[in-house]
Amino acid sequence: MLEQLKDIHRQAVEELDGVADAKALELWRVRYLGKKSSLTGALRSLAALPLEERRDVGARANEIKRDLESRLEEKERFLQQSLLTSPLASQGIDVTLPGRPIPTGRLHPITQTLNEICCVFRNMGFQTIEGPDVEWDYYNFEALNIPQHHPARDRFATLWIDAGAGAKARLLRTHTSPMQIRWMERERPPIRVIAPGRVYRYEATDATHESMFCNVEGLAVDRSITLADLKGTLFEFCRCLFGEERQVRFRCDYFPFVEPGVEVAISCAACDGAGCRVCGYSGWVETAGAGMVHPDVLRRVDIDPQTYSGFAFGVGVERISMLRHGIDDIRLFYSNDLRFLRQF
Amino acid sequence: MKVSLKWLNDYVDIRLGAEQIAEKLTMAGLEVTGIQTLGGTWERIEVGEVVAVNPHPNADRLRLATVELGAGQVTVVCGAPNIAPGQRVPFAGIGARLIDGRTGEAVSLKAAKIRGVVSEGMVCSEKELGISDNHEEILVLPPEAPVGAALSDYLGDVVLDLDVTPNRPDCLSVIGIAREIAALTGESLRLPEIHYEESAESIDSFASVEIAEPELCLRYCASLLTGIKVGSSPGWLQQRLSSCGMRPINNVVDVTNYVMLEYGQPLHAFDFHELRGGQMVVRRARQGETITTLDEVQRTLNTDILVIADKERAVAIAGIMGGSGSEVTAATDTILIESASFDQAAVRGGSNQLRVQTEASVRFDKGLNSDLPLPPLRRATQLLLELAGGKGARGIIDVYPGKSEPQFLSLTAREVERISGLQVSAAETIGTLRALGFECKESDSDSQIFVSVPYWRSDIKCSADLVEEVVRTMGYEKIPITRLSAQLPRQRAKLSPAQRRSDLRDSLRDMLTGFGFQEVLTYSLVSLEKLERLSPRRKLEAAPLSVANPMSREQEALRTSLRAGLLATVAHNRRSGTAGMRLFEIGKVFSSRGKDLPDEREMVCALLTGARSEMSWHGEGEVLDFFDAKGTVENMMNRFGSKAIFEAADDETFSAGRGASIVIEDERVGVVGEVHPSVAQAFELSGSVCLVEIDVEKLVTKITGAKQYRPILRFPGATRDMALVLDDHVSYRSVEDIIRSTLLVTQVILFDVYRGEQVPEGKKSFAVRIVYQSPSHTLTDEEVDRNQQQMLDRLRQELGATLRAST
Repeated sequence: MLEQLKDIHRQAVEELDGVADAKALELWRVRYLGKKSSLTGALRSLAALPLEERRDVGARANEIKRDLESRLEEKERFLQQSLLTSPLASQGIDVTLPGRPIPTGRLHPITQTLNEICCVFRNMGFQTIEGPDVEWDYYNFEALNIPQHHPARDRFATLWIDAGAGAKARLLRTHTSPMQIRWMERERPPIRVIAPGRVYRYEATDATHESMFCNVEGLAVDRSITLADLKGTLFEFCRCLFGEERQVRFRCDYFPFVEPGVEVAISCAACDGAGCRVCGYSGWVETAGAGMVHPDVLRRVDIDPQTYSGFAFGVGVERISMLRHGIDDIRLFYSNDLRFLRQF
Repeated sequence: MKVSLKWLNDYVDIRLGAEQIAEKLTMAGLEVTGIQTLGGTWERIEVGEVVAVNPHPNADRLRLATVELGAGQVTVVCGAPNIAPGQRVPFAGIGARLIDGRTGEAVSLKAAKIRGVVSEGMVCSEKELGISDNHEEILVLPPEAPVGAALSDYLGDVVLDLDVTPNRPDCLSVIGIAREIAALTGESLRLPEIHYEESAESIDSFASVEIAEPELCLRYCASLLTGIKVGSSPGWLQQRLSSCGMRPINNVVDVTNYVMLEYGQPLHAFDFHELRGGQMVVRRARQGETITTLDEVQRTLNTDILVIADKERAVAIAGIMGGSGSEVTAATDTILIESASFDQAAVRGGSNQLRVQTEASVRFDKGLNSDLPLPPLRRATQLLLELAGGKGARGIIDVYPGKSEPQFLSLTAREVERISGLQVSAAETIGTLRALGFECKESDSDSQIFVSVPYWRSDIKCSADLVEEVVRTMGYEKIPITRLSAQLPRQRAKLSPAQRRSDLRDSLRDMLTGFGFQEVLTYSLVSLEKLERLSPRRKLEAAPLSVANPMSREQEALRTSLRAGLLATVAHNRRSGTAGMRLFEIGKVFSSRGKDLPDEREMVCALLTGARSEMSWHGEGEVLDFFDAKGTVENMMNRFGSKAIFEAADDETFSAGRGASIVIEDERVGVVGEVHPSVAQAFELSGSVCLVEIDVEKLVTKITGAKQYRPILRFPGATRDMALVLDDHVSYRSVEDIIRSTLLVTQVILFDVYRGEQVPEGKKSFAVRIVYQSPSHTLTDEEVDRNQQQMLDRLRQELGATLRAST
């Protein structure tokens, strides 16, 4: 009997060696540890044996059973392990098959750029404010030192709203600067705000001109704000959005509602400042118009220009998005071709 | 404004290269947008003298020209009709780079045998030199051109193209730009010296000027020349005009243009014999009065337009253009030269009304000071006497009703620093201002600097303007870079309406993109026709606000809805073959409020159409339908913690019975529905298109600020499933309302809607799972059964429901 048990054990161990997958292992378990296995049979037939032999055989059979059970466990672990490490084994999945499609939603590149711009300024303490797209002539022009017949009006080709007789002139704002006036009419310094929004121009469209685009106005007014602070703020803005490697140029320019006036440009990323089609062969791309708030503008909203000073700037969102993403035609933004939008 | 460096050199020594000058001007506010080098490629091209012209032995139209080059003579074949002995001409040797007269391409000149005669070079036309398109004739140089000199030394030049801002009419002149360069490079400015001899006869004996509108014509100066000879201008004058982009015409017109470019003051020359009576008057045009201007256009005037008139008729439109009736011609021998100061707004208005812009009108409309006219008038008179001969009448006419007061301002170096952050001394401030032509005087008692503004700087009106002058001339690059150090303003509260609206907009964008919607941005301006397409009747409820001067019909009105833009976007993308689409836009719509500014409301609109998911090996998605749209809304409302009710709605964009209002707290905040097939068709769309539209301004009022915590139910719940049979017309909401109002019900899930076998005609079956849960104890079966029974009784009594099955 003991001999028989020894054979069973040897055979089971040998056979287990050859087991390579879970299915074979189950067959092995049934054969050697199942209810109908010879080992179970041997244990069942113990009763028929003489007492002494029964004890020996019983102990031996149980010992073999435990040994086989522990070998089974070990084998199971081994098989599981090898399953994890061999992906193309019969029971694995082809993980290179495409996943179940989940529709992808994206923000419009202008929204993305606008969020980035606002985030940079928010970190510098600027709060976001908003105002109307349809404006009074007063806020868009008069209050900003651009009275009727001012030659600077030529630079703001304006879309006017149909007006009945005797109505005050309304227009589609040509810049977000009216928000300077609206905000300063109700708030006192310290002021630090940005005002994003759509602006409109009577302008034929081409690769660099749109009749509608998005601006971000900035305004900071307090005691002792200087042109140097404006330079610092806009240089920091350019560094955040375009990186250290772009040069920033701060030059004199003219806008009637600021004095001194400034144009901020960054070195063209397309040609690295050498001059190309993107930058009109100048090596520079304008990113903002800016300056110190004109004393007449401050006076108009009852802020004393002797005590307070401030800066204002206007940033074109499309231009920045084009520079950031290498887009060469502004018309792509509002044509809403999904082949374009899905790239961002 | 184009300006030649050679010309500038007359007034200021230019020691820097063109690039550096351009850089300095640009930084200081005069942007140089282009630099053209004339003669940069003129190697092996010299000034030669034609010493002999002989016929070509084998060709009638060709001749053999012998050209003296100083170092020797060369004979070349020439086809130009105007070549003649004694001329100084540009001569190109073998290897010179020229523009091919026919093809316009750059070529290298080779020795050639033309009809049997070897030609060792070429006498060049303007086109071949790249100066102009003239290829009919050879370029004849002035007789003073030095034979043997390199042409680039004699004729080469660099032309800067400047974008002059509207505040600087003084820089629409060579002297103005020279003054800038002088100040920026530390050089001094040289103005032309003007003196000429006058004849004994006084101008007053010929002509008189009366200003009938002293408000509109601040000054009128005139000089008179008799016995002049009209002809072509000398080469140097023509060259300078050409370099600035003006065409030479005759010596009289050329001089007036030359002096305008030089000083920035427009001048006009009249043929004096055509001015009837010699009595000039500056007056408003009569209503309907006509004049034929120099461009041969007959223009009808009105009383807003200022004219110069003789006894009988208007002879010029003031500040804009002269009349052809008094134009200077070859026969002219007596001229009256006008140098006047017209009101900026009057010229601007006239120019806008007549839709004509001239070199004169663009200068006047930027505001020229009334002190300006005299020096240029004298300069032009001097040049004309030199170039056209004749005699200058004694004196000038100077009617000056609008004498301008000189401007005095004061400034301190501290003020410069307060505004710019740039530390400057009083001496630097004064030095800089003086270099620009400002007169400065330092106060004895304090640090004030008294500044007198020169007449040509009409743009300088306050101390901030002076700060800019100082800083831009010293260089913006010297301004330090500092961070805002002032205190932060008070931050806006999280619960303020503006902040809540912007937060809501951000969450809507996050959610919709998370649900797989692509954001689009469409124009605020649309065509009326597109808005009309949103209703099957093609009619608008209320007239949108329209643009008075639209660019096109496509952009004639302000949108009253985002729907049209989105539907058109879908159509646009369908054409390029994108099947399933989920799109949204958040933006403003506009509705008129009479003469006031319109109501601008922010809306969110989303569109769903096509396959629910892309084609894949997991099986193709079904078509997006109403319930996808509604599910989107429900999901958003869940996230906001708002309870929205959906009620059948009649909205013209939707198919009848297939649209719903989204109602929160008894207010309709939006709609969801299936787009009417005829509306879809109008946008060239077919198949199911579903649309969601929510008024952001209304929604924001429905969303509570910070959500409040409710205790979690810790005791286990009990679940009951049941199938109810109901009449077809009974809405699910009425069923759910009864279930939800039952005690201890915490959750209701509709998991099947069935019509067909085992359900009678005209009926339907709802399979519902109901979860009961108590906050205080574990529920017993009896409790649940009791509530379930009460609920079923109500469903039976109120809705006629019967139970098909339950567990």
